[in-house]
Amino acid sequence: MSGMTPAGDFRSSYRADTTIFPTRGSRVALLIGIAILCTCPLMLGRYELGLLITIGFMGIAALGLNILVGFTGQISIGHAAFFGFGAFASALLAEHHVPVPIAIWGAGLMTAVVGLVFGAPAARLKGLYLAIATLAAQFILEDFFARARWFTGGVAGRITEPYTVFGVSFDREETYFYVVLAHVVLMFLAAANLMRTRDGRALVAVRDHYLSAEIMGINLAYYRTLSFAISSFFAGVGGALYAHYLLFVSVEAFNILFSIQFLAMVIIGGLGSVMGSLMGAAFMVLLPELVQVGADLLAGSAIDRALKLGASISFLREMVVGAAIILFLIFEPDGLAHRWRLVKAYWKLYPYSH
Amino acid sequence: MADETPLLRAQSVSLRFGGVRALTDVSFAVAQGEIFSIIGPNGAGKTSMVNCVSGRYRPTEGRILFEGRDITALRPNRRAGLGIGRTFQNLALFAHMSVLDNIMVGRHHLLRAGFLRGMAYWIGGAQREELEHRRAVEEIIDFLEIQHVRKAPAGTLSYGLRKRVELARAVALRPKLILLDEPMAGMNLEEKEDMARFITDLNEEWGMTVLMIEHDMGVVMDISHRVMVLDFGRKLVEGTPEVVMADEHVKRAYLGEVEAA
Repeated sequence: MSGMTPAGDFRSSYRADTTIFPTRGSRVALLIGIAILCTCPLMLGRYELGLLITIGFMGIAALGLNILVGFTGQISIGHAAFFGFGAFASALLAEHHVPVPIAIWGAGLMTAVVGLVFGAPAARLKGLYLAIATLAAQFILEDFFARARWFTGGVAGRITEPYTVFGVSFDREETYFYVVLAHVVLMFLAAANLMRTRDGRALVAVRDHYLSAEIMGINLAYYRTLSFAISSFFAGVGGALYAHYLLFVSVEAFNILFSIQFLAMVIIGGLGSVMGSLMGAAFMVLLPELVQVGADLLAGSAIDRALKLGASISFLREMVVGAAIILFLIFEPDGLAHRWRLVKAYWKLYPYSH
Repeated sequence: MADETPLLRAQSVSLRFGGVRALTDVSFAVAQGEIFSIIGPNGAGKTSMVNCVSGRYRPTEGRILFEGRDITALRPNRRAGLGIGRTFQNLALFAHMSVLDNIMVGRHHLLRAGFLRGMAYWIGGAQREELEHRRAVEEIIDFLEIQHVRKAPAGTLSYGLRKRVELARAVALRPKLILLDEPMAGMNLEEKEDMARFITDLNEEWGMTVLMIEHDMGVVMDISHRVMVLDFGRKLVEGTPEVVMADEHVKRAYLGEVEAA
């Protein structure tokens, strides 16, 4: 990003040089963006709002995974299990008369503790070995969900309370949208702040060169485990938001495929990019919907008849998602966030791009 | 000077990897305010010695004392807090972080705001702390003349600049003892002269004690107060540059056996 500040933008204090959004234009754009989002419930239907809400809580959880995988350079194939744990924990807290707005954060903390336990091997393991250890976390938690009826309601699942503040219930898409938006803004600001301060830098240092990080005074075991705790906290909050949106949580949703979807989100969005996590979540939520629209158009058409696709059309969705991940790994390994930076740079330099 | 506790003391340090003897019974002391160099042929055990001081390796036998305190078994990350900083022979920067962030990592043990205060940034004092330390880091950036690259990712810099950024990162620790592992390797004459100037400035004006490994004899003999020669993991000689240069063992180790005429 260096050298990409516009001409005439001279910072005269360190404070002005350490902002999250570097230029006035980007700050204005952000505020306008949030303002437009705030009017969404007035303009969009329930289906579109539902998609935005899904992008919101998935984005929060993906951000957590990105802190672990993208920023700290570790790996987890059990993120969906933590997401699920947060969902059940919040439902349980709400049932015990904890107000939902507090239950969501409580669920995040409980998930962080669970993440701490399952992240403990990370203090010693790396790479493939750590991947297998987190895989174990996925299966242990899934098994726990299936057996612990007091926690999950067993196979029947668990009904959850709607989000209520002072007797006002946010149980419709039009209102719950604002709840998710507020959490997204808060969590993304927190992550951006973390990454420009001491402990965030330590996480990245552990990723880039752990030996010299240790010489610089960074306790490797502490930061590797901390990364798991923070990542699980975000997953837990995301899961809790999911629970109070659907108002019902069932056991079988949080399987390994879901975990891999989270990994796909951070890879597609951009490893080590805060905003990329949201972009990746949006991509992974919207792509299947778009493919579905395409498949519906295709069904019964001339192409369908000529190729005798018939029932296979419904598999198109899975295939396109898989293909998207592979194509991203080949052509855009730095993710959507990187592509977005290139687009910005292009417009800044246009028409003298060389 | 003789009765003062030296800043660093190695007491008969030996290091073995299985059957390989990297160091055998090496003892030396570095006094406060010195530039102390370790020289010797490749594989003589110079980097192993520095690794024992910085904590990468733990000596098989012997002790390392820093300010009179036994640090032989102390974890590397704890030594930064005591005031030991180092640079590496093969560059070990955080390649994807900006130069500024690389140097800020050096301040790690001086910063107090943990992840909670970091996330809250504006409330809780993290911002104030960041800006204070930014000021200190900018002083180091000015000193090492790397202002123009402060926002660039460290991995994109030229070799000479990366060496300088590494030095800046070690200086940011505010170390009492700075370990430099071949600070001038692979540099051209001009860059070497700059680096020699930085090292003497750090020693004289910033008051840092320097323990350096270097192959360039001209530089070593010019700026060191005392020199130790290692060969096959053993200490050959220790003394002022003049004494070391005149030593028969050293000539033999570097030039091979002198035929009796």
